[in-house]
Amino acid sequence: MPSLIDLRRRIRAVKSTQQITKAMKMIAASRLKRAQDRVIGARPFAQRMRGVLNGLVTRVDSSTHPLLRVPEPGEGRPLLIVLTSDRGLCGSFNSNIIKAAGQHIVEHTAATAPIVLGLVGRKGREFFGRRGFEIVYDRVNIFQKLSFADAQSLADAVIEEFISGRASRVDIIYNEFKSVISQRVVTETLLPIPRESIEDAAGAGGVVSDYLYEPAPAEIFRELLPRYVQVQVYRALLESNAAFFAAQMTAMDAATRNSTEMIDNLTLYMNKVRQAAITREIIEVVSGASAT
Amino acid sequence: MADYTLPKRLTLEIVTPDRALVRETVDEVQVPAAEGYMGILPGHTPLLATLQVGQLMYRTGQQQTLLHVAFGFVEILPDRVTVLAQVAERAEDIDVARAEAAKKRAEERIAKPVSEMDFERARIAMMKSLIRLQVVSRVRTRV
Repeated sequence: MPSLIDLRRRIRAVKSTQQITKAMKMIAASRLKRAQDRVIGARPFAQRMRGVLNGLVTRVDSSTHPLLRVPEPGEGRPLLIVLTSDRGLCGSFNSNIIKAAGQHIVEHTAATAPIVLGLVGRKGREFFGRRGFEIVYDRVNIFQKLSFADAQSLADAVIEEFISGRASRVDIIYNEFKSVISQRVVTETLLPIPRESIEDAAGAGGVVSDYLYEPAPAEIFRELLPRYVQVQVYRALLESNAAFFAAQMTAMDAATRNSTEMIDNLTLYMNKVRQAAITREIIEVVSGASAT
Repeated sequence: MADYTLPKRLTLEIVTPDRALVRETVDEVQVPAAEGYMGILPGHTPLLATLQVGQLMYRTGQQQTLLHVAFGFVEILPDRVTVLAQVAERAEDIDVARAEAAKKRAEERIAKPVSEMDFERARIAMMKSLIRLQVVSRVRTRV
Protein backbone atom coordinates (compact mmCIF):
# COMPACT_ATOMS: atom_id res chain seq x y z
CA MET A 1 0.00 0.00 0.00
CA PRO A 2 1.49 3.38 -1.01
CA SER A 3 2.12 5.81 1.77
CA LEU A 4 0.07 8.95 2.24
CA ILE A 5 3.00 11.16 1.39
CA ASP A 6 3.53 9.42 -1.93
CA LEU A 7 -0.12 9.82 -2.82
CA ARG A 8 -0.11 13.50 -1.92
CA ARG A 9 2.95 13.98 -4.08
CA ARG A 10 1.30 12.25 -7.03
CA ILE A 11 -1.80 14.37 -6.72
CA ARG A 12 0.32 17.48 -6.66
CA ALA A 13 2.19 16.35 -9.77
CA VAL A 14 -1.02 15.63 -11.67
CA LYS A 15 -2.38 19.00 -10.61
CA SER A 16 0.58 20.91 -11.97
CA THR A 17 0.39 18.96 -15.22
CA GLN A 18 -3.25 19.88 -15.38
CA GLN A 19 -2.41 23.53 -14.98
CA ILE A 20 -0.10 23.30 -17.95
CA THR A 21 -2.62 21.52 -20.15
CA LYS A 22 -5.25 24.04 -19.12
CA ALA A 23 -3.00 26.94 -20.04
CA MET A 24 -2.10 25.32 -23.35
CA LYS A 25 -5.73 24.81 -24.11
CA MET A 26 -6.47 28.48 -23.54
CA ILE A 27 -3.55 29.58 -25.66
CA ALA A 28 -4.58 27.24 -28.44
CA ALA A 29 -8.14 28.53 -28.21
CA SER A 30 -7.11 32.15 -28.58
CA ARG A 31 -4.74 31.39 -31.47
CA LEU A 32 -7.37 29.23 -33.06
CA LYS A 33 -9.77 32.15 -33.23
CA ARG A 34 -7.33 34.17 -35.30
CA ALA A 35 -6.24 31.27 -37.46
CA GLN A 36 -9.87 30.38 -38.09
CA ASP A 37 -10.75 33.91 -39.19
CA ARG A 38 -7.85 33.90 -41.60
CA VAL A 39 -8.69 30.60 -43.21
CA ILE A 40 -12.36 31.45 -43.54
CA GLY A 41 -11.38 34.73 -45.15
CA ALA A 42 -9.02 33.02 -47.55
CA ARG A 43 -11.40 30.30 -48.71
CA PRO A 44 -13.63 32.25 -51.10
CA PHE A 45 -10.68 33.64 -53.04
CA ALA A 46 -9.05 30.23 -53.41
CA GLN A 47 -12.34 28.65 -54.42
CA ARG A 48 -13.29 31.30 -56.96
CA MET A 49 -9.82 31.15 -58.41
CA ARG A 50 -10.01 27.38 -58.69
CA GLY A 51 -13.37 27.78 -60.40
CA VAL A 52 -11.99 30.22 -62.94
CA LEU A 53 -8.92 28.09 -63.57
CA ASN A 54 -10.88 24.85 -63.99
CA GLY A 55 -13.00 26.48 -66.63
CA LEU A 56 -9.99 28.02 -68.24
CA VAL A 57 -7.78 24.95 -68.62
CA THR A 58 -10.63 23.12 -70.27
CA ARG A 59 -10.91 25.78 -72.92
CA VAL A 60 -7.38 26.76 -73.73
CA ASP A 61 -4.60 24.98 -75.50
CA SER A 62 -2.17 23.46 -73.02
CA SER A 63 0.84 24.78 -74.90
CA THR A 64 0.07 28.40 -74.04
CA HIS A 65 1.97 28.32 -70.77
CA PRO A 66 4.44 25.85 -69.18
CA LEU A 67 2.18 25.45 -66.15
CA LEU A 68 -0.66 24.22 -68.35
CA ARG A 69 1.46 21.45 -69.78
CA VAL A 70 0.35 17.87 -69.24
CA PRO A 71 3.48 15.76 -68.73
CA GLU A 72 3.94 12.67 -70.84
CA PRO A 73 3.67 9.37 -69.00
CA GLY A 74 7.09 8.33 -67.78
CA GLU A 75 8.34 11.87 -67.64
CA GLY A 76 9.50 13.17 -64.27
CA ARG A 77 8.60 11.92 -60.82
CA PRO A 78 5.61 12.59 -58.60
CA LEU A 79 6.13 15.21 -55.92
CA LEU A 80 4.19 15.15 -52.67
CA ILE A 81 4.01 18.13 -50.34
CA VAL A 82 3.28 17.12 -46.74
CA LEU A 83 2.11 19.75 -44.27
CA THR A 84 2.68 18.79 -40.65
CA SER A 85 3.02 20.91 -37.53
CA ASP A 86 6.15 22.06 -35.77
CA ARG A 87 4.97 21.12 -32.33
CA GLY A 88 3.21 18.16 -30.83
CA LEU A 89 0.60 17.78 -28.10
CA CYS A 90 -2.09 17.91 -30.71
CA GLY A 91 -3.63 14.46 -30.66
CA SER A 92 -3.50 12.51 -33.88
CA PHE A 93 -2.96 15.58 -36.08
CA ASN A 94 0.46 14.55 -37.37
CA SER A 95 0.06 10.80 -37.24
CA ASN A 96 -3.03 11.02 -39.46
CA ILE A 97 -1.11 13.08 -42.00
CA ILE A 98 1.87 10.77 -41.95
CA LYS A 99 -0.33 7.72 -42.32
CA ALA A 100 -2.14 9.22 -45.30
CA ALA A 101 1.13 10.37 -46.82
CA GLY A 102 2.54 6.88 -46.44
CA GLN A 103 -0.41 5.46 -48.30
CA HIS A 104 -0.07 8.03 -51.06
CA ILE A 105 3.61 7.21 -51.38
CA VAL A 106 2.89 3.50 -51.72
CA GLU A 107 0.26 4.15 -54.37
CA HIS A 108 2.38 6.52 -56.43
CA THR A 109 5.76 4.94 -56.23
CA ALA A 110 6.88 3.25 -59.37
CA ALA A 111 10.17 1.43 -59.67
CA THR A 112 11.37 3.81 -62.35
CA ALA A 113 10.20 6.99 -60.67
CA PRO A 114 10.37 7.00 -56.87
CA ILE A 115 8.34 9.72 -55.23
CA VAL A 116 9.95 12.97 -54.12
CA LEU A 117 8.85 14.85 -51.02
CA GLY A 118 8.46 18.44 -49.98
CA LEU A 119 8.05 18.90 -46.24
CA VAL A 120 6.65 21.69 -44.15
CA GLY A 121 6.76 21.35 -40.36
CA ARG A 122 9.17 19.75 -37.97
CA LYS A 123 7.13 16.62 -37.35
CA GLY A 124 7.18 15.66 -41.00
CA ARG A 125 10.90 16.23 -41.19
CA GLU A 126 11.48 14.07 -38.14
CA PHE A 127 9.53 11.23 -39.68
CA PHE A 128 10.45 11.33 -43.37
CA GLY A 129 13.86 12.93 -42.97
CA ARG A 130 15.61 9.73 -41.99
CA ARG A 131 13.76 7.29 -44.17
CA GLY A 132 15.79 7.80 -47.29
CA PHE A 133 13.38 9.85 -49.38
CA GLU A 134 14.62 12.51 -51.68
CA ILE A 135 13.46 15.83 -50.27
CA VAL A 136 13.32 18.87 -52.50
CA TYR A 137 11.80 21.33 -50.08
CA ASP A 138 12.00 21.47 -46.32
CA ARG A 139 10.74 24.23 -44.10
CA VAL A 140 10.18 24.43 -40.38
CA ASN A 141 8.93 27.15 -38.06
CA ILE A 142 6.83 28.98 -40.59
CA PHE A 143 3.56 28.59 -38.74
CA GLN A 144 4.39 31.01 -35.96
CA LYS A 145 4.18 33.96 -38.30
CA LEU A 146 2.51 32.63 -41.37
CA SER A 147 2.55 35.08 -44.25
CA PHE A 148 1.83 35.01 -47.94
CA ALA A 149 5.57 35.13 -48.56
CA ASP A 150 5.90 31.65 -47.03
CA ALA A 151 3.30 30.33 -49.44
CA GLN A 152 5.10 32.08 -52.26
CA SER A 153 8.40 30.40 -51.46
CA LEU A 154 6.81 26.96 -51.41
CA ALA A 155 4.78 27.66 -54.52
CA ASP A 156 7.83 28.89 -56.40
CA ALA A 157 9.69 25.70 -55.52
CA VAL A 158 6.73 23.65 -56.74
CA ILE A 159 6.47 25.62 -59.97
CA GLU A 160 10.18 25.29 -60.59
CA GLU A 161 10.03 21.50 -60.17
CA PHE A 162 7.05 21.22 -62.49
CA ILE A 163 8.22 23.55 -65.23
CA SER A 164 11.67 22.00 -65.36
CA GLY A 165 10.03 18.61 -65.96
CA ARG A 166 11.49 17.04 -62.83
CA ALA A 167 8.03 16.66 -61.32
CA SER A 168 5.31 14.89 -63.28
CA ARG A 169 2.61 15.91 -60.83
CA VAL A 170 2.41 17.72 -57.54
CA ASP A 171 0.03 16.76 -54.76
CA ILE A 172 -0.37 18.40 -51.40
CA ILE A 173 -1.56 16.65 -48.30
CA TYR A 174 -2.77 18.58 -45.28
CA ASN A 175 -5.33 18.76 -42.49
CA GLU A 176 -8.37 20.72 -43.50
CA PHE A 177 -10.04 22.74 -40.80
CA LYS A 178 -13.61 21.48 -40.74
CA SER A 179 -14.66 22.61 -37.31
CA VAL A 180 -13.14 23.07 -33.91
CA ILE A 181 -13.65 19.42 -33.10
CA SER A 182 -12.82 17.85 -36.43
CA GLN A 183 -10.06 17.96 -38.98
CA ARG A 184 -10.01 16.10 -42.23
CA VAL A 185 -6.93 14.89 -44.04
CA VAL A 186 -7.18 15.93 -47.68
CA THR A 187 -4.99 15.25 -50.68
CA GLU A 188 -5.23 17.77 -53.48
CA THR A 189 -3.57 17.87 -56.84
CA LEU A 190 -1.84 21.20 -57.37
CA LEU A 191 -0.32 20.53 -60.77
CA PRO A 192 -1.18 19.78 -63.47
CA ILE A 193 -4.25 21.90 -62.90
CA PRO A 194 -7.26 19.58 -62.66
CA ARG A 195 -9.41 19.71 -65.75
CA GLU A 196 -13.16 19.73 -65.80
CA SER A 197 -14.61 17.26 -68.21
CA ILE A 198 -16.10 18.92 -71.27
CA GLU A 199 -19.65 17.82 -70.38
CA ASP A 200 -19.38 19.47 -66.96
CA ALA A 201 -18.24 22.72 -68.46
CA ALA A 202 -21.07 22.63 -70.97
CA GLY A 203 -23.60 21.87 -68.27
CA ALA A 204 -22.49 24.79 -66.12
CA GLY A 205 -21.85 27.50 -68.67
CA GLY A 206 -24.30 26.58 -71.42
CA VAL A 207 -21.83 26.74 -74.25
CA VAL A 208 -18.17 25.97 -74.13
CA SER A 209 -16.51 28.88 -75.78
CA ASP A 210 -13.13 30.48 -75.54
CA TYR A 211 -12.67 33.72 -73.70
CA LEU A 212 -11.62 37.04 -75.03
CA TYR A 213 -8.42 38.14 -73.37
CA GLU A 214 -7.18 41.52 -72.38
CA PRO A 215 -4.18 41.68 -72.63
CA ALA A 216 -3.03 38.64 -74.63
CA PRO A 217 -3.53 35.15 -73.10
CA ALA A 218 0.18 34.50 -72.66
CA GLU A 219 0.54 37.64 -70.61
CA ILE A 220 -2.48 36.92 -68.43
CA PHE A 221 -1.35 33.37 -67.80
CA ARG A 222 2.09 34.52 -66.83
CA GLU A 223 0.50 36.34 -63.91
CA LEU A 224 -2.53 34.20 -63.25
CA LEU A 225 -1.07 30.69 -63.13
CA PRO A 226 1.76 31.25 -60.64
CA ARG A 227 -0.69 33.25 -58.57
CA TYR A 228 -3.09 30.32 -58.65
CA VAL A 229 -0.49 27.93 -57.24
CA GLN A 230 0.47 30.45 -54.57
CA VAL A 231 -3.10 30.97 -53.51
CA GLN A 232 -3.82 27.25 -53.27
CA VAL A 233 -0.67 26.68 -51.24
CA TYR A 234 -1.48 29.63 -49.02
CA ARG A 235 -4.93 28.30 -48.31
CA ALA A 236 -3.54 24.85 -47.50
CA LEU A 237 -1.06 26.39 -45.06
CA LEU A 238 -3.80 28.39 -43.38
CA GLU A 239 -6.06 25.34 -43.19
CA SER A 240 -3.31 23.30 -41.63
CA ASN A 241 -2.51 26.06 -39.17
CA ALA A 242 -6.09 26.45 -38.01
CA ALA A 243 -6.55 22.69 -37.88
CA PHE A 244 -3.45 22.40 -35.73
CA PHE A 245 -4.75 24.78 -33.10
CA ALA A 246 -8.13 23.09 -33.16
CA ALA A 247 -6.48 19.70 -32.69
CA GLN A 248 -4.29 21.02 -29.93
CA MET A 249 -7.20 22.62 -28.19
CA THR A 250 -9.26 19.44 -28.25
CA ALA A 251 -6.31 17.34 -27.16
CA MET A 252 -5.50 19.64 -24.27
CA ASP A 253 -9.14 19.84 -23.28
CA ALA A 254 -9.28 16.05 -23.11
CA ALA A 255 -6.04 15.99 -21.15
CA THR A 256 -7.40 18.49 -18.65
CA ARG A 257 -10.56 16.46 -18.23
CA ASN A 258 -8.63 13.23 -17.81
CA SER A 259 -6.39 14.76 -15.20
CA THR A 260 -9.42 15.97 -13.24
CA GLU A 261 -10.68 12.41 -13.25
CA MET A 262 -7.28 11.14 -12.22
CA ILE A 263 -7.10 13.60 -9.34
CA ASP A 264 -10.54 12.52 -8.17
CA ASN A 265 -9.54 8.87 -8.21
CA LEU A 266 -6.29 9.52 -6.44
CA THR A 267 -7.97 11.67 -3.80
CA LEU A 268 -10.53 8.97 -3.16
CA TYR A 269 -7.82 6.37 -2.87
CA MET A 270 -5.77 8.61 -0.61
CA ASN A 271 -8.75 9.11 1.71
CA LYS A 272 -9.29 5.37 1.88
CA VAL A 273 -5.66 4.85 2.76
CA ARG A 274 -5.86 7.56 5.39
CA GLN A 275 -9.01 6.10 6.91
CA ALA A 276 -7.48 2.64 6.94
CA ALA A 277 -4.49 4.02 8.80
CA ILE A 278 -6.72 5.78 11.33
CA THR A 279 -8.83 2.66 11.81
CA ARG A 280 -5.73 0.59 12.34
CA GLU A 281 -4.42 3.01 14.94
CA ILE A 282 -7.75 3.00 16.80
CA ILE A 283 -7.79 -0.80 16.79
CA GLU A 284 -4.27 -0.80 18.14
CA VAL A 285 -5.18 1.68 20.88
CA VAL A 286 -8.38 -0.22 21.77
CA SER A 287 -6.71 -3.63 21.79
CA GLY A 288 -3.83 -2.18 23.79
CA ALA A 289 -6.27 -0.74 26.36
CA SER A 290 -8.29 -3.96 26.69
CA ALA A 291 -5.11 -5.98 27.11
CA THR A 292 -4.13 -4.16 30.25
CA MET B 1 -30.99 25.62 -81.65
CA ALA B 2 -30.53 26.43 -78.03
CA ASP B 3 -32.42 29.29 -76.49
CA TYR B 4 -30.10 32.27 -76.45
CA THR B 5 -32.06 34.70 -74.31
CA LEU B 6 -29.64 37.03 -72.64
CA PRO B 7 -29.46 37.11 -68.86
CA LYS B 8 -31.06 40.21 -67.37
CA ARG B 9 -28.73 40.72 -64.46
CA LEU B 10 -25.21 39.97 -63.34
CA THR B 11 -23.99 38.16 -60.27
CA LEU B 12 -21.02 40.12 -59.05
CA GLU B 13 -18.47 38.60 -56.72
CA ILE B 14 -15.47 40.48 -55.43
CA VAL B 15 -12.95 38.52 -53.41
CA THR B 16 -9.49 39.33 -52.10
CA PRO B 17 -7.00 36.89 -50.60
CA ASP B 18 -8.21 37.88 -47.11
CA ARG B 19 -11.96 37.90 -47.51
CA ALA B 20 -15.02 37.89 -49.69
CA LEU B 21 -16.07 41.49 -50.09
CA VAL B 22 -19.12 41.61 -52.32
CA ARG B 23 -21.65 39.08 -53.52
CA GLU B 24 -24.58 40.79 -55.13
CA THR B 25 -26.89 40.82 -58.08
CA VAL B 26 -26.27 43.97 -60.09
CA ASP B 27 -27.22 45.63 -63.37
CA GLU B 28 -23.89 46.99 -64.46
CA VAL B 29 -20.23 46.77 -63.50
CA GLN B 30 -17.30 48.97 -64.48
CA VAL B 31 -13.80 47.63 -63.88
CA PRO B 32 -10.32 49.10 -64.36
CA ALA B 33 -8.94 46.49 -66.76
CA ALA B 34 -5.34 46.49 -67.91
CA GLU B 35 -6.12 48.38 -71.08
CA GLY B 36 -8.61 50.85 -69.70
CA TYR B 37 -11.95 50.97 -67.96
CA MET B 38 -14.48 48.46 -69.13
CA GLY B 39 -18.23 48.60 -68.71
CA ILE B 40 -19.98 45.28 -68.39
CA LEU B 41 -23.68 44.68 -68.93
CA PRO B 42 -25.52 41.38 -68.67
CA GLY B 43 -24.85 39.13 -71.64
CA HIS B 44 -21.24 40.13 -72.06
CA THR B 45 -19.10 37.72 -74.02
CA PRO B 46 -16.76 35.58 -71.86
CA LEU B 47 -13.65 37.57 -71.11
CA LEU B 48 -10.64 37.30 -68.89
CA ALA B 49 -8.66 40.40 -68.04
CA THR B 50 -6.08 41.63 -65.60
CA LEU B 51 -6.85 44.55 -63.36
CA GLN B 52 -4.87 47.64 -62.68
CA VAL B 53 -5.22 50.19 -59.95
CA GLY B 54 -8.51 51.99 -60.21
CA GLN B 55 -12.12 52.45 -59.25
CA LEU B 56 -14.60 49.68 -59.60
CA MET B 57 -18.19 50.77 -59.88
CA TYR B 58 -21.31 48.68 -59.80
CA ARG B 59 -24.88 49.73 -60.23
CA THR B 60 -28.09 48.15 -58.97
CA GLY B 61 -31.07 50.12 -60.25
CA GLN B 62 -30.12 53.72 -59.52
CA GLN B 63 -27.83 52.81 -56.64
CA GLN B 64 -24.15 53.10 -57.51
CA THR B 65 -21.33 51.77 -55.38
CA LEU B 66 -17.67 52.61 -55.73
CA LEU B 67 -14.70 50.57 -54.61
CA HIS B 68 -10.97 50.89 -54.79
CA VAL B 69 -9.30 47.87 -56.38
CA ALA B 70 -5.70 47.13 -57.28
CA PHE B 71 -4.28 44.28 -59.34
CA GLY B 72 -5.70 40.86 -59.85
CA PHE B 73 -8.06 39.43 -62.42
CA VAL B 74 -11.59 39.62 -63.58
CA GLU B 75 -13.52 36.81 -65.19
CA ILE B 76 -16.57 37.83 -67.10
CA LEU B 77 -19.30 35.40 -68.13
CA PRO B 78 -22.67 36.37 -69.60
CA ASP B 79 -24.39 36.21 -66.22
CA ARG B 80 -21.50 36.47 -63.82
CA VAL B 81 -18.56 38.71 -63.01
CA THR B 82 -15.87 37.42 -60.68
CA VAL B 83 -13.25 39.87 -59.49
CA LEU B 84 -10.16 38.34 -57.93
CA ALA B 85 -8.39 41.43 -56.66
CA GLN B 86 -5.19 41.71 -54.69
CA VAL B 87 -6.59 44.70 -52.90
CA ALA B 88 -10.20 45.86 -52.72
CA GLU B 89 -11.76 48.33 -50.34
CA ARG B 90 -15.13 49.94 -49.98
CA ALA B 91 -15.15 53.72 -49.76
CA GLU B 92 -16.11 53.62 -46.10
CA ASP B 93 -13.18 51.34 -45.26
CA ILE B 94 -10.57 53.63 -46.75
CA ASP B 95 -8.35 55.35 -44.23
CA VAL B 96 -8.14 58.90 -45.58
CA ALA B 97 -5.27 59.96 -43.35
CA ARG B 98 -3.21 56.96 -44.41
CA ALA B 99 -3.92 57.56 -48.08
CA GLU B 100 -2.93 61.22 -47.73
CA ALA B 101 0.30 60.24 -46.01
CA ALA B 102 1.05 57.63 -48.66
CA LYS B 103 0.43 60.18 -51.38
CA LYS B 104 2.82 62.64 -49.80
CA ARG B 105 5.48 60.00 -49.36
CA ALA B 106 5.10 58.90 -52.96
CA GLU B 107 5.33 62.50 -54.17
CA GLU B 108 8.61 62.94 -52.36
CA ARG B 109 10.01 59.73 -53.82
CA ILE B 110 8.99 60.70 -57.31
CA ALA B 111 10.60 64.10 -56.88
CA LYS B 112 13.98 62.52 -56.23
CA PRO B 113 14.00 58.84 -57.13
CA VAL B 114 16.91 56.76 -55.87
CA SER B 115 16.63 54.03 -58.44
CA GLU B 116 14.48 52.89 -61.33
CA MET B 117 12.67 50.35 -59.19
CA ASP B 118 12.05 52.90 -56.49
CA PHE B 119 10.40 55.17 -58.99
CA GLU B 120 8.12 52.44 -60.25
CA ARG B 121 7.05 51.54 -56.74
CA ALA B 122 6.45 55.14 -55.86
CA ARG B 123 4.39 55.56 -59.01
CA ILE B 124 2.17 52.63 -58.04
CA ALA B 125 1.87 53.86 -54.46
CA MET B 126 0.92 57.28 -55.80
CA MET B 127 -1.74 55.82 -58.06
CA LYS B 128 -3.21 53.75 -55.27
CA SER B 129 -3.45 56.67 -52.88
CA LEU B 130 -4.91 58.96 -55.53
CA ILE B 131 -7.59 56.46 -56.44
CA ARG B 132 -8.39 55.86 -52.80
CA LEU B 133 -8.86 59.56 -52.22
CA GLN B 134 -10.93 59.87 -55.38
CA VAL B 135 -13.23 57.06 -54.35
CA VAL B 136 -13.73 58.63 -50.94
CA SER B 137 -14.37 62.13 -52.23
CA ARG B 138 -16.83 60.98 -54.88
CA VAL B 139 -18.84 59.10 -52.31
CA ARG B 140 -18.71 61.98 -49.83
CA THR B 141 -19.89 64.62 -52.30
CA ARG B 142 -22.82 62.54 -53.40
CA VAL B 143 -24.16 62.09 -49.88
